[in-house]
Amino acid sequence: MSNTVSALNGASASGYVQVHEMGLQGMITLRGDLSAKKLVDAAKTAGGTNVPGRGHIALSGAHGIAWMSPDELLILTPYDEVDARLEGITSKLAGTHHLAVNVSDARAMFAVSGDDALVRETLAKLCPVDMSAAAFAPGQFRRTRMAQVPAAIWLPETGEARVICFRSVAQYVFDLLKGASLAGSEVGYFR
Amino acid sequence: MSTRLATGGRLLDKSRQLKFAFNGKQLRGFAGDTIASALLANDQMLIGRSFKYHRPRGVVASGAEEPNGLVGMGTDDSFEPNQRVTTTELYDGLTASSQNHWPSLEFDVGVINSKLSRFLPAGFYYKTFMYPRAFWKHVYEPIIRQSAGLGKAPKHRDPDTYEHFYAFTDVLVIGGGVAGLTAARAAALTGARVMVIEQTAHWGGRAPVDGGSVDGQPVDTFITEIVAQLDAMDNVTLRTRTMGAGVYDHGYVLGYERVGDHQPGAAGPRHRLWRIRATQIVTATGAIERPLSFAGNDVPGVMLASAVRDYAVDYGVSVGDRTVVVTNNDDAYRTAITLKKLGLDVPAILDARVTAQDSPLMTEAKGLGITVMMGHAISSVKGGKRVTGVAVCSQAGEGAVLKEIACDAVAMSGGWSPVVHLWSHCGGKLIWDEATAAFRPDASKAPTGATGEGFVLPAGAANGVLHLGAVLADSDVAGYAAAKAAGFTPKKPAKAPQGNAPDEAQMMPVWMMPQGAGYDKRSKAWLDYQNDVKVSDVQLAAREGFESVEHAKRYTTLGMATDQGKLSNINGLAILSDTLNQPIPQTGTTTFRPPYTPISMASIAGEARDERFQPLRRTPMYDWHAENGAYWEPVGHWRRPYCYQRAGETIEAAVAREVTATRESLGLLDASTLGKLMVKGPDAGKFLDMLYTNMMSTLKPGRCRYGLMCNENGFLIDDGVVARIDDETFLCHTTTGGAESIHGHMEEWLQTEWWDWNVYVANLTEEYAQIAVVGPRARDTLAKLTGDDISADTLPFMAWADITLGGMQARAYRISFSGELSYEIAVKASEGRALWDALLAAGAEYNATTYGTEALHIMRAEKGFIMIGDETDGTVIPQDLGLGWAISKKKEDYLGKRAQARSHMTDPKRWKLVGLETLDGSVLPDGAYCTADGTNDNGQRNVQGRVTSTYHSPTLGRGIAMGLVLNGPDRMGDVLEFPKVDGAAIKAKIVDPVFFDREGEKQNV
Repeated sequence: MSNTVSALNGASASGYVQVHEMGLQGMITLRGDLSAKKLVDAAKTAGGTNVPGRGHIALSGAHGIAWMSPDELLILTPYDEVDARLEGITSKLAGTHHLAVNVSDARAMFAVSGDDALVRETLAKLCPVDMSAAAFAPGQFRRTRMAQVPAAIWLPETGEARVICFRSVAQYVFDLLKGASLAGSEVGYFR
Repeated sequence: MSTRLATGGRLLDKSRQLKFAFNGKQLRGFAGDTIASALLANDQMLIGRSFKYHRPRGVVASGAEEPNGLVGMGTDDSFEPNQRVTTTELYDGLTASSQNHWPSLEFDVGVINSKLSRFLPAGFYYKTFMYPRAFWKHVYEPIIRQSAGLGKAPKHRDPDTYEHFYAFTDVLVIGGGVAGLTAARAAALTGARVMVIEQTAHWGGRAPVDGGSVDGQPVDTFITEIVAQLDAMDNVTLRTRTMGAGVYDHGYVLGYERVGDHQPGAAGPRHRLWRIRATQIVTATGAIERPLSFAGNDVPGVMLASAVRDYAVDYGVSVGDRTVVVTNNDDAYRTAITLKKLGLDVPAILDARVTAQDSPLMTEAKGLGITVMMGHAISSVKGGKRVTGVAVCSQAGEGAVLKEIACDAVAMSGGWSPVVHLWSHCGGKLIWDEATAAFRPDASKAPTGATGEGFVLPAGAANGVLHLGAVLADSDVAGYAAAKAAGFTPKKPAKAPQGNAPDEAQMMPVWMMPQGAGYDKRSKAWLDYQNDVKVSDVQLAAREGFESVEHAKRYTTLGMATDQGKLSNINGLAILSDTLNQPIPQTGTTTFRPPYTPISMASIAGEARDERFQPLRRTPMYDWHAENGAYWEPVGHWRRPYCYQRAGETIEAAVAREVTATRESLGLLDASTLGKLMVKGPDAGKFLDMLYTNMMSTLKPGRCRYGLMCNENGFLIDDGVVARIDDETFLCHTTTGGAESIHGHMEEWLQTEWWDWNVYVANLTEEYAQIAVVGPRARDTLAKLTGDDISADTLPFMAWADITLGGMQARAYRISFSGELSYEIAVKASEGRALWDALLAAGAEYNATTYGTEALHIMRAEKGFIMIGDETDGTVIPQDLGLGWAISKKKEDYLGKRAQARSHMTDPKRWKLVGLETLDGSVLPDGAYCTADGTNDNGQRNVQGRVTSTYHSPTLGRGIAMGLVLNGPDRMGDVLEFPKVDGAAIKAKIVDPVFFDREGEKQNV
């Protein structure tokens, strides 16, 4: 594993919130018929939680499932469990039309942490999303645009946000989050 | 002279004195001043020169409508031109300089234009500089550019930061005057999320200056209380220094917040662009006072009556000791009364109206001893750089002077125009209100959203309602209606605030003063101060046939300056209507477009500058490339090494070294950017048979096949190697640029046309780092890192295998884009750098040489391999490129098959791919055409082909090229001529496009 390095190798920045590249994160793309019991069961086993509804994410410890589209889930798991869990899905769904594939290395994941309002504010500077607590709560999951690149965001808990982007633009997204949270640029919009 | 009064200045903090400089002169002001009020307090009335005639100009207004008071601010990297003095807050150390004069503000040689104004009428430039044609570009334009223009463009990098902010709200109220605050409260009490944005630093707008009472209390008190009430509500956001810049479709609004302009050096962004989605919008944008058109109305010291009042009340500044008020309405009386009460002299109020009885304000003015001259007007203003007096005449006549009054300021009021800009941006229509002689929003024709219902509601003065009582009532209704339209209802009805102010007499439209002014006066009566457009110019435009208001605007430049005609619009179109003898509504207005006032370019760019200018895609080996001399080439958003330069090495030498080393021993290429699309499902084979021109469904697991992809018009759009992973799974390699678009192409067909096919696609481009290991020593190198069998028998050309390489799980594709023995090795992106390092170490004994995109291109060209984007340009079909072998004859259909059967596609005269070999060994210019006999209908030389790729081949030691040539493949050995830009021509022979190792012996080992 010493050869295995995440996009920014755990880079971090401190502004009015903390930005931290979270290192290697296991991710599995699972496409299929989300209403089929067999697929739901396979997803549950791999993701360690129930399959969330549209626009949501279900989390359980180091595992989770995010709703990506009407026929796509993103399964979150520790990086070194990916192969085993992928194996589990594939064997459970043998004979069922689906696509399950490891995408852990195609992505980078960031934590944005700090005062809840300021965490929301940082993302609201970059994503065309209503980041108010009333509109975007823990448990919701949003695929969106962060400045000029695609990103997915969610809030695991108060004062914490997660951002997933493609690996190749990890530095760009890090620079965006760092720039947006420079001390003195607080907006004071959420309260 | 203008000066600071001993008392007053409700916006000032007199305990904080600020130093600033204007044209190098050190001056002092107070915290709370604008540049305009601080300059006036220092008797700096002359602030700039006008655009065309270089007339001396001073401040006319006190807000966003100011046309004259534009200055350059700051120096070097903080320099910014055209800053409006009336809206720029003073700060300590501010430096400003006047614009558009030479050599100095006080003495400007450009003023000669003013003497020639008779010879510089509307359309002068259009009429004069037409002939000879070539003169425009080389003689006229450079001279005109030299003498025109206001501020100078900044030359330094901007050190400040800027940002965007996305906000969502149920009700957005634009304007924080009493109307906006009242509307906001009415909306907020329903529970709706409400945001109020105000362009100035203060709440309440101009109501505190105009006076009156609300619910029995002074307006000031009302404002303090309502702001406190709103501030305490969790569902309300209040932002000052934030201008509503534009209203767009679907309730999208741009707000321009000037976060740092008033506190340079403070942390944080200078400007913040708010990108707001509002369900409903209330425009409480107030009204703007109109000037009167009399001769000399641009002499410094002539100001809007409301501005004179603002400077006195808000900033404790008297514009003049003796101020003559000239008006067609009651509101200007407030200025006279205010000045008089401050102990200043008001020699006369010249009121163009003749009324039967006195209104309360007239009575009050007369009671203070002010002379009110009804039916009177200004014949002309005396003075040059400063008002010295006015000549008084009857409004009804032609301007015969009845008396002269000495004064040093003139306060004029031609009535009020509602600020309908934001209402109009997205299609809100206007109606002409006879009573106020103004356009106001037509409530029945609001801008409509997706449901067909209006999403903008005007409130208060912006709705044409001017009396305080009516303003509050109107805004309360608008705020409530907005919340209701956004889906909220009040828990209990709130009581609207009751405003009280004196009744006013009917205003009288006055478009020209006096009404029978002759040419001499009309040519000195300014409509548009900033662009120097006079009454006589608009009349000339009408006479010359520019009858449409839009044509007249462009012909005269009325309203085309940075103030966008905030003062001149209504006056100008009234003059136009009068000249055309038609009612004003028939003339109509020009279109209102965002932004309301100019916003900084940097705020639009937001965070997108420097390292965040645009996303730069990096492969896992990016850092190694950067540390080892990569000369970068942008490929889409990726950065790929074009070559790796060693110390003292030219780019050409580096490329040649990389090609030679690879052909002779071992080259390594970072191929990670290639698209990798996983296609899986029972119908995957069928799907790929439709997408590719050749047969993919017959491919065996473990094998690879090169394929071509066309669009439905038959044109070649992408190519790449497809590997079959298992029965149901294929991995399709695309070009670097095609990864996202081909993924989208696949999804589009699957989602819209073949939705019942059982196929899923996933874009795995970034999951894998891919390294091409190329050259005679490729296998030897890999063998050092793996125990797996990679011999030619086990892993032959166009096969793939999963192997363990340097302890990493890897997939080795035995494919070649160079003609050499070659493997493309894919590992997890997270291990890409580790594999790269391992290969470099293992290959060291074979002179492992990393190569870039140029060496890649040369090696593929030596082999006659086509490149998407070089040999193709969206008009080329595979048949043009001699790729008929990759087009299945057996398949019933594939995308592009039908199109490729059309007559133009099968035309034997389509240019076809050949190799080109220069007779002298030189390199053909890229894109060069080869000529044919004769000329075409346009008198141009006929052509018979063009170069698509051209390189110097280090392997062959001469120039090689590919090109598309008429009947090319049938003309082997023919010599063509390719003219160069310098007129000389290069001769090249048509040859086979495969220049190197035609039998493919090198890759098949």
